[in-house]
Amino acid sequence: MIHSLFLINSSSDIFLEKHWKSVISRSVCDYFFEVQEKAGEAENVPPVIHAGHHYLINIYREKIFFVSVIQSEVPPLFVIEFLHHVAETFQDYFGECSESAIKDNVVIVYELLEEMLDNGFPLATESNILKELIKPPNILRSVVNSITGSCNVGETLPTGQLSTIPWRRAGVKYTNNEAYFDVVEEIDAILDKTGSVVFAEIQGVIDACVNLTGMPDLTLSFMNPRLLDDVSFHPCVRFKRWESERVLSFIPPDGNFRLLSYHVSAQNLVAIPIYVKQNISFFETGSSGRLDITVGPKQTMGKTVEAVFVTINMPKVVLSANLTATQGNYTYNPVTKTLVWDIGKLSQQKLPNLKGSLTLQCGAPKPEESPSLNIDLKIQQLAISGLKVNRLDMYGEKYKPFKGVKYVSKAGKFQVRT
Amino acid sequence: MSSGSGFGDEKGGSSSVGEPEYGHDPASGGIFSSDYKRHDDLKEMLDSNKDSLKLEAMKRIVAMIARGKNASDLFPAVVKNVACKNIEVKKLVYVYLVRYAEEQQDLALLSISTFQRGLKDPNQLIRASALRVLSSIRVTIIVPIMMLAIKEAASDMSPYVRKTAAHAIPKLYSLDPEQKDQLIEVIEKLLADKTTLVAGSVVMAFEEVCPERIDLIHKNYRKLCNLLIDVEEWGQVVIINMLTRYARTQFLNPNVNESLLEESGEKAFYGSDDEEGKEEKAEAAALAKRKPYVMDPDHRLLLRNTKPLLQSRNAAVVMAVAQLYFHLAPKAEVGVIAKALVRLMRSHSEVQYVVLQNVATMTIKRRGMFEPYLKSFYIRSTDPTQIKILKLEVLTNLANETNISTILREFQTYIKSMDKDFVAATIQAIGRCATNIGEVRDTCLNGLVQLLSNRDELVVAESVVVIKKLLQMQPEQHSDIIKHMAKLTDNIQVPMARASILWLIGEYCEHVPKIAPDVLRKMAKTFTNEEDIVKLQIINLAAKLYLTNSKQTKLLTQYVLNLAKYDQNYDIRDRARFIRQLIVPTDKSGALSKYAKKLFLALKPAPVLESPFKDRDHFQLGSLSHLLNAKAGGYQELPDWPETAPDPSVRNVEVKDSVPEWTKCSSREKRKEKKVEKPFYSDSEEESGPTESADSESDSASGSGSGSESEESGSGSESEESREESESEQEDKEDEEDKRKKKKKTDRGKVKAPAVESPESEESSGAEEKNRAQKVKGRRSGSESESEEEEESESESSRSESESESESESDTDAKKKKKAPVTKPPPKQAKKESKKEKKEMSLLDLDDFEPTPSPQVTPVNNFLSSSLVTDLEGLSLTDTVMAPTTIAPSGSVKTYELLHRITGEGLGVEYCFSRQPFSPDAHMVAVQIMFTNNTNAETKNLHVEDPKLQSGMRIKEFPEIELLPPGEMVTVVMGIDFCDSTQAANFQLCTHIRKFFVSIQPPVGELMMPVFMTENEFKKEQGQLMGMNEISEKLTLGEKCQNEHGIVQRVTSAANVSRVPCGSDKECRFAGKTVSSGILVLVTVATKEERAAQLTVNCEKMVIGTMLVKDILQALTQ
Repeated sequence: MIHSLFLINSSSDIFLEKHWKSVISRSVCDYFFEVQEKAGEAENVPPVIHAGHHYLINIYREKIFFVSVIQSEVPPLFVIEFLHHVAETFQDYFGECSESAIKDNVVIVYELLEEMLDNGFPLATESNILKELIKPPNILRSVVNSITGSCNVGETLPTGQLSTIPWRRAGVKYTNNEAYFDVVEEIDAILDKTGSVVFAEIQGVIDACVNLTGMPDLTLSFMNPRLLDDVSFHPCVRFKRWESERVLSFIPPDGNFRLLSYHVSAQNLVAIPIYVKQNISFFETGSSGRLDITVGPKQTMGKTVEAVFVTINMPKVVLSANLTATQGNYTYNPVTKTLVWDIGKLSQQKLPNLKGSLTLQCGAPKPEESPSLNIDLKIQQLAISGLKVNRLDMYGEKYKPFKGVKYVSKAGKFQVRT
Repeated sequence: MSSGSGFGDEKGGSSSVGEPEYGHDPASGGIFSSDYKRHDDLKEMLDSNKDSLKLEAMKRIVAMIARGKNASDLFPAVVKNVACKNIEVKKLVYVYLVRYAEEQQDLALLSISTFQRGLKDPNQLIRASALRVLSSIRVTIIVPIMMLAIKEAASDMSPYVRKTAAHAIPKLYSLDPEQKDQLIEVIEKLLADKTTLVAGSVVMAFEEVCPERIDLIHKNYRKLCNLLIDVEEWGQVVIINMLTRYARTQFLNPNVNESLLEESGEKAFYGSDDEEGKEEKAEAAALAKRKPYVMDPDHRLLLRNTKPLLQSRNAAVVMAVAQLYFHLAPKAEVGVIAKALVRLMRSHSEVQYVVLQNVATMTIKRRGMFEPYLKSFYIRSTDPTQIKILKLEVLTNLANETNISTILREFQTYIKSMDKDFVAATIQAIGRCATNIGEVRDTCLNGLVQLLSNRDELVVAESVVVIKKLLQMQPEQHSDIIKHMAKLTDNIQVPMARASILWLIGEYCEHVPKIAPDVLRKMAKTFTNEEDIVKLQIINLAAKLYLTNSKQTKLLTQYVLNLAKYDQNYDIRDRARFIRQLIVPTDKSGALSKYAKKLFLALKPAPVLESPFKDRDHFQLGSLSHLLNAKAGGYQELPDWPETAPDPSVRNVEVKDSVPEWTKCSSREKRKEKKVEKPFYSDSEEESGPTESADSESDSASGSGSGSESEESGSGSESEESREESESEQEDKEDEEDKRKKKKKTDRGKVKAPAVESPESEESSGAEEKNRAQKVKGRRSGSESESEEEEESESESSRSESESESESESDTDAKKKKKAPVTKPPPKQAKKESKKEKKEMSLLDLDDFEPTPSPQVTPVNNFLSSSLVTDLEGLSLTDTVMAPTTIAPSGSVKTYELLHRITGEGLGVEYCFSRQPFSPDAHMVAVQIMFTNNTNAETKNLHVEDPKLQSGMRIKEFPEIELLPPGEMVTVVMGIDFCDSTQAANFQLCTHIRKFFVSIQPPVGELMMPVFMTENEFKKEQGQLMGMNEISEKLTLGEKCQNEHGIVQRVTSAANVSRVPCGSDKECRFAGKTVSSGILVLVTVATKEERAAQLTVNCEKMVIGTMLVKDILQALTQ
């Protein structure tokens, strides 16, 4: 399946290579460089590239291209998902998935890759199994190891590998037993020029941080589970129970994991927490334009909208912006042509406004295109869909865990067209 | 290092093993020598005695390998350490070895013996990794060794090692394809493996080695379907893809009837109306002939079992299921995948890219499926261009008469985007919408015409191209639009647009004979001020007009050509000269001028506007080949549906002959057969339980040990102990402990082995058993309804009634699907069946069983629901266990809770002591267990696992319950030999998803069985059990048991003893003996004045005696 993997940084250096079958010359990456050059931006590099006798399937994460070499038919998503999984594992192990982190821990990276694939087919990808096989680096251990000569590699088969719940290892112990759940919702919306909603939906996830002793069996129920239109689960969730009772019943993995992602369909009316009044116009003559944006809170259910950012990608001819903001401050980057207005908290009384003129390149015709506004915002203690966790029960263990649920709503791909 | 890649260039292919490194070394000249020095100190470190130094050296070497530097000269030094004790050093040596063994084959052989030793290691991880490395060394000489190792590992006890063996198969195959036949044997063996761990890997091996051997799958098909949900994600993808292909060869097209009609409709859409009429007739004829389609239950099984995986977090799994549904499901059911695919659009952009490609293909075939999700494909300015273009493709495919206005409005906003490639694609998309949907053609054209005034040349050019295409397709409408465009020449300043319009007017000048010369006149006027590109088109227009309408335009043309002759641009001068020679007839003009008209006004073929994704669906969706629209190496074609279905019985796991005579001659043979085969495969499933648990014993024990504690606190010290033990087993890494564990496992493996390997023999008897079980159940429910529990059975029947009602209504389709195959026989048939059984009752005499006096009382529905379950369960019974299922609870039996339905997540389990002899083993107490499924989902594979018993205690498990439909209840009997103690029997109750720790603790009264004796015998026995063996207690009788009858009832309910006839009415005597050791237990209750009484128990076992006294005392005083 997956023949080789090359990690390539933004300056087109291959800084790591790993082969699971016979060695493939790194010159195969030249095909990739060619395509990359043609594509211009990194995100426009097609994920699948035909390269002579091989196929290159690549992903772009954290400024690194993960380029895998395939020789025969394989579902492309299989490889893409796996590569993302590799990136996430690095993130998990080293705290970040950056070039320097990988270079610093090259041996662990190599050991990980060795365990994750056998002959190009995934072998052990569950994080808790890997962590038993290869211990994540930390300073204390590396000091101890260098003195005692003991090693980072587990000697016995991780218990998860054979059990029916590979995501949890046996014998977990904590002094503080806690289970935290973060309900994070993102509003994906497109508003048109007049401010009416073209399309809006809510994408939510429940991220969990579970530090519980033993083999707890948790049941999480919602006040209004019917809200959830489409869901995808961590493998630990018992699908049958969800189907029948609409509760999440699971033996949790140890530590951080994403329990559930869900989707609240566009059929349910999505409350748009803010409104934006905007007017961006360019004059036919005089090489200038005008900009006037007002942002105000709308359906916020009594909560404050925080961390509001408005980002506008201006047409290329816009040289500079001379604006005044009644609240927050703005920056215009003349190279990337992005105008960012950092508003902060929205208050009901005084609506923040950004107003002023734009200077265009001399002599250039008035730009045709209309820039769109990307909005970023955050509302604490509120799930905008109205989803509420009813209760969390634990079975199978005696102690009383500390439980907590946090709600946050954010703007996802929130765009206002002009 | 990037310089190194230059050297490898010429080589390219995979054959150039290590070439770039060799090429690189001389290139780096100066550093090269110092490299050697550095390698020297690495060698020194490797030769040292300290593990830490070795480790350091290996780390540096691995870092070199990772960076792509050549470290092959260290081979001898590294290989020496292959037997190093330090496991990390060892692992790194393995990494090195696998990387360079191919280059240094001879030296690599030195390490082989280490691996061979490793293959025998008691630690399964070491065995597995030895096999992994051994099979990864690509040295042809060791092929026989590898073969041997794989064969051995394929029958290893550890599923992890077997998994590794499955991984090794493709490695060996790629090294030496000659071994194929032998490898297929191993694959066949591993395919039969019942653990989820192995399933994915072996199917992977199957796909790489022998994808054409579809016959190997038959016997494992149902098992794979059932295991699927528990297989790890990556395995799921491979299995689903394989099963898609399999299903295409084995089942009939579920859409035979609809697809024909639908396809012809689609064709009309693309405008090839010609042949359609004929085809349709032929199809209609074919349709008439066709029999109504009935889906094979196995086909349904696959669809049903894959559906939950649409909820997987792994995009590859979701995609695999989606393609399976697209290729295999009836049209009406394919819709379910749309939602899941739309969900994936939130994922990483690479995932989006692949998913959109597949959605684009799907939308061509099944447009309706994604229509509700139209808005999810709306484009944001922040999307990468490649995603935008794919979304646009989907939107275009989704466009129809009803939504076109919304889509066009969207497109209008897209046209204002800053991303010019995307704008161009949008214009093309508009063009396609316009060709496909007649109603909006004019609107689109108008919109496009407006775009001609755009400043961006790309937009204009694209618009013109699209307009041109549209015009070419609809010649009759030409004139209007061209006239309109001609008018626009006054306003439009963009040279590209002007040029494009001029080209169009020239091309279709015959359609606008009046306007064209006028346009030329205007253009001639402004000629000198035009851009070059426009000038060229003016000349072009002039030439074309001259050829068609020389009378009016002769002078104009000459004027234009004269102007051009003196133009500053030599291209234009050139062109003018060329055209003049070509069109203006002179004496010298050559042969070409005769053909001038043909040259200029040749009919240009109309371009076709269709989706680039058309016809891509002949590739299996989700595959690499589909994405590239070209066959990738190793791609397995998706076969067409067969005309007639191949024999479905090949998937039966049983030997066909063993089906008893009477089922065959039954009128409903087909249905019977289905019933027979279902449980059979479940039979094999059941066996997977024990084998798996044997290996995973240690961890499950510790895991659940703690679990059981909280569930039932009364389970005593035993569970505590076992927990400690299992924990220590895990944590202590001492060798001894390890060995012990291993040994334990081997023993268990040995014990288990015969059971696993002789399913055939069991099966043959199994079929008969099933029928018997059915009878028995039928009778049982009859007697039940008569007994005191009439009320209960009534409520049960009403429940099942409502159940079947809801089924017919089928409000939740998931439920329907799950139930469909199981609940097929309608109630009527069930009735028939029950009658039939009555007749046949005599054929299957069971001794310990009173005949049902009035079977007509049996509520039909009750019978139906329970008989189906028994059907399934009965089959897997061996004949010895048969009888107990028939036990009807006699009298008022106290039931105890084994598993509360909340703890059991909807599975409620109760048990009672039925007080019937447990015929398979007379020393066991029969425990009747009642399972109730309170969930809405099926519970599968209920079985007992991993009993934790006191020494001497034994347990006879009930046969696995293959399936417990929602709302149903099933009763089974198991035997437990408590060794005459009241210690609890602990075991795990396993479903297909969960394990529950449960324990059964018997009241002392249930440990005995009645003995019949005369008064004299009683007295004689009592006389022998005096002294220490006699315990007597004074008591005051409770209010309700003052008479004789009350006492008898109380005592017999407290203990399973029988009354001994007695002359005196002051005394009640009872006798019994313990089940396990047959020791007599004699009870005497002597009543005195008032309510005073004396209880005497005579028993050899004092413990039992005292406990019994306590129990009876309590019963009587209440």
